[in-house]
Amino acid sequence: MKFKSTFIYILVILYCIAGSLSANLAVKGETIYTMAGDPITAGVVLIEDGKISKIGTADEVSIPNGWDTLSAAVVTPGLVDAHTTVGLSGMLNQAHDQEQVEKSAPMQPELRAIDAYNGRDELVDWVRNLGVTTVHTGHGPGSLISGQTMVLKTDQKSIGDEVMVPFAMVTGSLGTGGINRDGKKSPGTRAKAIALLRTELIKASEYLTKLETAEEGKEPSRDLRLEALGDVLQGNNPLLLTAHRHQDIGATLRLAEEFGLKLILDGASEAHLMLETIKEADVTVIVHPTMMRAGGDGENMTLEMAAILDREGIPFAIQSGFESYVPKTRVILFEAGMAAAYGLPFEAALSSITIDAARILGVDDRVGSLEVGKDADLALFDGDPFEYVTHCTAVIIDGNVVSDTSR
Amino acid sequence: MPGLVCTHSHIGQVSGADASGPIQPEVRAYDSINVRDSRIEKARAGGITTANIMPGSGHLLSGQTIYLKLRDGNSVDDLVIHNEDGSIAGGIKMANGTNPRKGAPFPGTRAKSAALVREQYIKAQEYQKKLQAAADDPEKDPPDRNLGLEALVEVLEGKRVVHHHTHRQDDILTVLRLKEEFGFRLVLQHVSEAWKVADEIAAADVPCSIIYLDSPGGKLEARDIDWRNGAELEKRGVVTGFHTDDGVTDSRWFLRSAGFAVRAGMSESGALYGMTMAGALMLDLDERIGSLTAGKDADFIVLSGNPLSVYTRIEQTWVEGEKVFDLSNTQDRLWANGGYGAGTPRTLQLCCYQHLEN
Repeated sequence: MKFKSTFIYILVILYCIAGSLSANLAVKGETIYTMAGDPITAGVVLIEDGKISKIGTADEVSIPNGWDTLSAAVVTPGLVDAHTTVGLSGMLNQAHDQEQVEKSAPMQPELRAIDAYNGRDELVDWVRNLGVTTVHTGHGPGSLISGQTMVLKTDQKSIGDEVMVPFAMVTGSLGTGGINRDGKKSPGTRAKAIALLRTELIKASEYLTKLETAEEGKEPSRDLRLEALGDVLQGNNPLLLTAHRHQDIGATLRLAEEFGLKLILDGASEAHLMLETIKEADVTVIVHPTMMRAGGDGENMTLEMAAILDREGIPFAIQSGFESYVPKTRVILFEAGMAAAYGLPFEAALSSITIDAARILGVDDRVGSLEVGKDADLALFDGDPFEYVTHCTAVIIDGNVVSDTSR
Repeated sequence: MPGLVCTHSHIGQVSGADASGPIQPEVRAYDSINVRDSRIEKARAGGITTANIMPGSGHLLSGQTIYLKLRDGNSVDDLVIHNEDGSIAGGIKMANGTNPRKGAPFPGTRAKSAALVREQYIKAQEYQKKLQAAADDPEKDPPDRNLGLEALVEVLEGKRVVHHHTHRQDDILTVLRLKEEFGFRLVLQHVSEAWKVADEIAAADVPCSIIYLDSPGGKLEARDIDWRNGAELEKRGVVTGFHTDDGVTDSRWFLRSAGFAVRAGMSESGALYGMTMAGALMLDLDERIGSLTAGKDADFIVLSGNPLSVYTRIEQTWVEGEKVFDLSNTQDRLWANGGYGAGTPRTLQLCCYQHLEN
């Protein structure tokens, strides 16, 4: 009997905790950057059932009695990292926690990010506590086609049915990232890499034709690799190609043109050498982290790259990218801040890690801006989010306060 | 403000010991510096006027470090700092933890690492005794010259400071134990887990040069590195400076370290002291650099605003009264902001072609 009453008591507590998690919540901000119009001074965001139900000035929106309320100097949408490898490239950097590239073959578009993601890796916590609520993560650089990517929220610990976008893009690297210079494995040169890629895309195209034209019962047997490339050819999933050198950027654009691919140019640290070409090709750029290491293929990087893309009207977002050593992950908040210090207007910088990133990832109907009906993902700061000495004071995902430790 | 002092950098394409053994005190960074390395230009753009350039951490002892003034110059001798006795200023680089652990003759465990180091210092003590005996008694011959032991005797005599790479709290305590046994002068470098053993570090009265990274990890022993290190050490009165470890972080945003230290609780004055005077103390150059004081070297930087703001740019860098970086100069702007050619070594200055013609 006593056991039973304790059990009921625990149930009641659990119910209360669960209730408080999904309870209504109000967030007050001295400045609220909605990224859907002008910033609101002295604003309020009301959150119900994980969605934004009202937003406006304190005069327009009153907080109902009894609602929990958080306050901050600055409120922004939860940050959206346009390209990272967190959850695959684990914090410890030991063989057992590095899942971002598999080197047995140069092209493996069939490798799914959902089969590799560890939402409990501490780096996921790290970026979430600094305001990042949505990540486009998955396979990394280091081979010609390393695999697939996905989009999910940073409070998702395990892969279930609810991944935002389980298969977002197919990704790979041109330049030294996609070449085996040891001479033992193909591709060993830039030209060979492109030849392999073209050959494989042609194969996938033929595979699609066979699927379409085959009589019933005579379809070709399933080929995971060609299926994934077929999705790229059909425009279901963009091809995200990392290319830094101008010749690699050129090759990327040629490839997109030849196969009519939906292409996203990644990295692109020499984009400043061929802006007109990039503009003509009408591609989107997920630009390298502002503070990327200035070496190897990236030796001609400029801290002004994001500012230049913005000035030229080329659509872009800033990424945290992949790091093989330390820091094991970069943080888009800091990369965007540095871009702002090197000529990118403040709101364009914020936009590049919120709504612009969401748009490129195709999830702007849910995240990236603070608007009624969208997911209640918010980051709270005690000052200008980009300043070194400012803290991210709280992070909210789907209406749940997932961090309230000042960092 | 005073020119920045980076107490741990790998600019100038520096190299040190090779794969032949774990302890090589005879190797000098001095003999490896390429002063035309673009990363030296970038360090000037980052406001660094003095740097301790060190060999890497893959050895228990990877060689002699060199303290350079980032003057304009065409050879390393144009950049060196001379001690009062005419010798070239520098320390010695040591490391423990996982980096020096590899196949024999390198150590395989932490205990073996410490044992190898102790053996070497004991040899140096004996060598020092023989040198002393010969100096005291003209009848006695001095021992044969041994470059490595000579350098270690300089360490034992306090003329050469040990800059010790160390991350984990137990490794930090091992370094303090070795210091206690052999009495060398010490600067702890990285000290990723300083926050765990800050009391012990304070009790040993050892300065710490710390690094700020955008995230923890990257290797096992750096998983617990913490932005609070600056605040925790400052609270206990430990002399606390910073370093870039360039290329681990880029010299151009060295001031960021101070910003992040303040973000995690260090005082603004303490952080700026850490970027300048604390570094000067660690390199035994506090009488010449580290503060804007009459009589000191005219090493200073001109900034566009608050040094702890992300939006502030370093506009000029001056070393000993000479301007070595000016953001308004097109070439200097390339080093500062990047762009095509920013990774290419600086070309020869005109002086040298003239020499050739002569």
